[in-house]
Amino acid sequence: MNEQKEISKLTLRDVPNKEYFMWGHGACPGCGVAIAVRNLMRIFGPDTIVYVPASCLVVFGAQYPISAFDVPYFFTAFENTGAVLTGIRAAQKRRGKHSLVVGMAGDGGTFDIGLQALSGAADRDEDVIYVCLDNEAYMNTGIQMSGATPFGAWTTTSPAGKVIRGKRRNKKDIGAIVQAHGVPYMATLSNAHWNDFVRKAEKAKRAKGFRFLHVFTPCVPGWRSEAAKTMEISKLAVETGMWTLYEVENGEANVTYKPKKMAPLTDYLKLQGRFAHMTPEDVNSLQRWVCEKWWLHYKDEVEAPQCEVFKVEKAVAHDGDPLHGV
Amino acid sequence: MVTKVLSADHAVAWAVRLARAEVIPAFPITPQTLIMEQLSEFINDGEFDADFIPAESEHSVMSIAVGASAGGVRTFTATASQGLAFMHEMLYAGPPNRLPVVMVNVNRSLGAATGIWLEHNDSMPERESGWMQVYVEDSQEALDMTIQAFRIAEDRRVMIPMMVCLDGFVLSHTVERVEVPDQYDVDKFLPKFAPLNVLDPEDPKMINPIVPPEYAMEMRYQLDRAMDGARSVIGEVDEAFAEKFGRRYGGLFDRYQIEDAEFALITLGTATTTARRVVDELRAQGKKAGLIKLRFMRPFPESELREATKELKALGAFDRSVSFNSYGPVFTEVRNALYGCRVKVTDHIGGLGGRDLTVDEVRDMFANLERCARGEKIRQVTWYGLRGEQK
Repeated sequence: MNEQKEISKLTLRDVPNKEYFMWGHGACPGCGVAIAVRNLMRIFGPDTIVYVPASCLVVFGAQYPISAFDVPYFFTAFENTGAVLTGIRAAQKRRGKHSLVVGMAGDGGTFDIGLQALSGAADRDEDVIYVCLDNEAYMNTGIQMSGATPFGAWTTTSPAGKVIRGKRRNKKDIGAIVQAHGVPYMATLSNAHWNDFVRKAEKAKRAKGFRFLHVFTPCVPGWRSEAAKTMEISKLAVETGMWTLYEVENGEANVTYKPKKMAPLTDYLKLQGRFAHMTPEDVNSLQRWVCEKWWLHYKDEVEAPQCEVFKVEKAVAHDGDPLHGV
Repeated sequence: MVTKVLSADHAVAWAVRLARAEVIPAFPITPQTLIMEQLSEFINDGEFDADFIPAESEHSVMSIAVGASAGGVRTFTATASQGLAFMHEMLYAGPPNRLPVVMVNVNRSLGAATGIWLEHNDSMPERESGWMQVYVEDSQEALDMTIQAFRIAEDRRVMIPMMVCLDGFVLSHTVERVEVPDQYDVDKFLPKFAPLNVLDPEDPKMINPIVPPEYAMEMRYQLDRAMDGARSVIGEVDEAFAEKFGRRYGGLFDRYQIEDAEFALITLGTATTTARRVVDELRAQGKKAGLIKLRFMRPFPESELREATKELKALGAFDRSVSFNSYGPVFTEVRNALYGCRVKVTDHIGGLGGRDLTVDEVRDMFANLERCARGEKIRQVTWYGLRGEQK
């Protein structure tokens, strides 16, 4: 990446073509995590050390004796990304080295089991980049509900049952939790908003201190979506307000992309089997949450757009094959 | 060399400073905290150049430690009891990756019937984690062994993390006269850390990816052989240390009055001091009592113990922890090592939950062992200092 170029002028064209997360990995077609990691690694470059906690990435990214990462790679456990990064960084400092130390954790490894280590590293303002690859459930273990799962979504531990239909709580606002530590940089990214993605990743790379990149990464088997629709879903998540693109730099919040008007939530939901069972009431509950978020980030009072609530014959249930979509 | 009056915790802090550990993640837990307090004082006063990382939990402490060790620097930490249990998962990250972290565990009882006092039930379950484990008897040995631990763990033939266990309060908070070696001599004794595998973009490596069944078993075997090979390195380092500093600990275990002994006790940690006094009394009465001070639980000195105990008639294992409805871990290991040997091995449990192990109780142990040596039947397991009837 051209280090002289102003960050706001960077585009996809500035990203080097050299791959450091290479071909041959075992991710599903359309995997949002693989797309995000590949492009993050092109931006981070060769002088990078990667730590991956338990997640899909640990399984499809490297298995002895082969690795898709062409940089040093380390794994130990699930809940300790912030801590292991701290240790690697400390060793770098002692040895007078300045490699980029990057952790790539899933949403479970960040929102839930890894929250304590994340908080510790953020609190100490460790000089590392923490990437959260958010596919909104424990996908590696077979689609279980996490703190990142949105309201109403089906998972194997929030099944669409006869009485309780999908998750009953809203997605945890991990961005606000990280910001509350007063970290120098945090941003939300989407695979479908390229130039925005590039600028935020490069900004994180150039900054010092604890940097948090929260990436929206659709999961084809977990979301019951089509591989070809990963980008469309990513785009619709932003247009509907399910995902908001912003950054917080030294305490100053900045919305980096604002949709012209709120798209109907159902445009997003209907592409994913995990929402297929939702009742009009549940869609409205989710819409309320989206409207509040919209106001929080865009400072716009919006009237919720007319949602076209769809009906399916039978609720989605896990058929035992993790690769089956709907 | 200077002589100081130090608790074992403070002696350990001196050892870590002299060993020039570079990264020290820590989380407070009684009775370990004095180590970390002293180390942070050294660092903040500019007397010791290391990175002290106040982590948010023991789990994170060990995660930071393996990260730093994989990053290629000498790493130290200390913990106790619940803290050790909390880092249990991460203990398993060090050995197969051959990351020679050194950690002091200040033994303290673990779990309900909660207390902060001495018991060995925190470190004993970690025998399976792949860490070496040494138990020390006094503050001097705590200092000396912490320095030696780095040399043994970082030896290219070993490359396994080591846990130095010392008895909570009895040692950690009790001051003794301790000889603190000169930095110059320690630098001569302990070479700079030369890591085996380092996370370094100049030479990219993956450390600890998922390992499929086709390879994992060989990695376990390599670790098993390295642990076995550590036995001779421990002896070598003990000799080298004795040459430099004049103090010898016997390596895997130490012998006291064992050559012509008919009955003996095998002890860990501070119980050894009490038992040595009782052996002296019995010897003065012309009784052939002996003592083995077991130092290492991992690697376990199986063949060495068979050799050392072959003339004995009765051997008692002293255990400061117990596996319920089974035996104490020292007994289990010792009897296993001596399977098929002539000597009768019995289990002697005492001092649980921090209860004082008295000289009288140790006298009772030896009295029982003497009867056993005469061919009388004694209990397989005896608890000492227990109120009420022993069924």
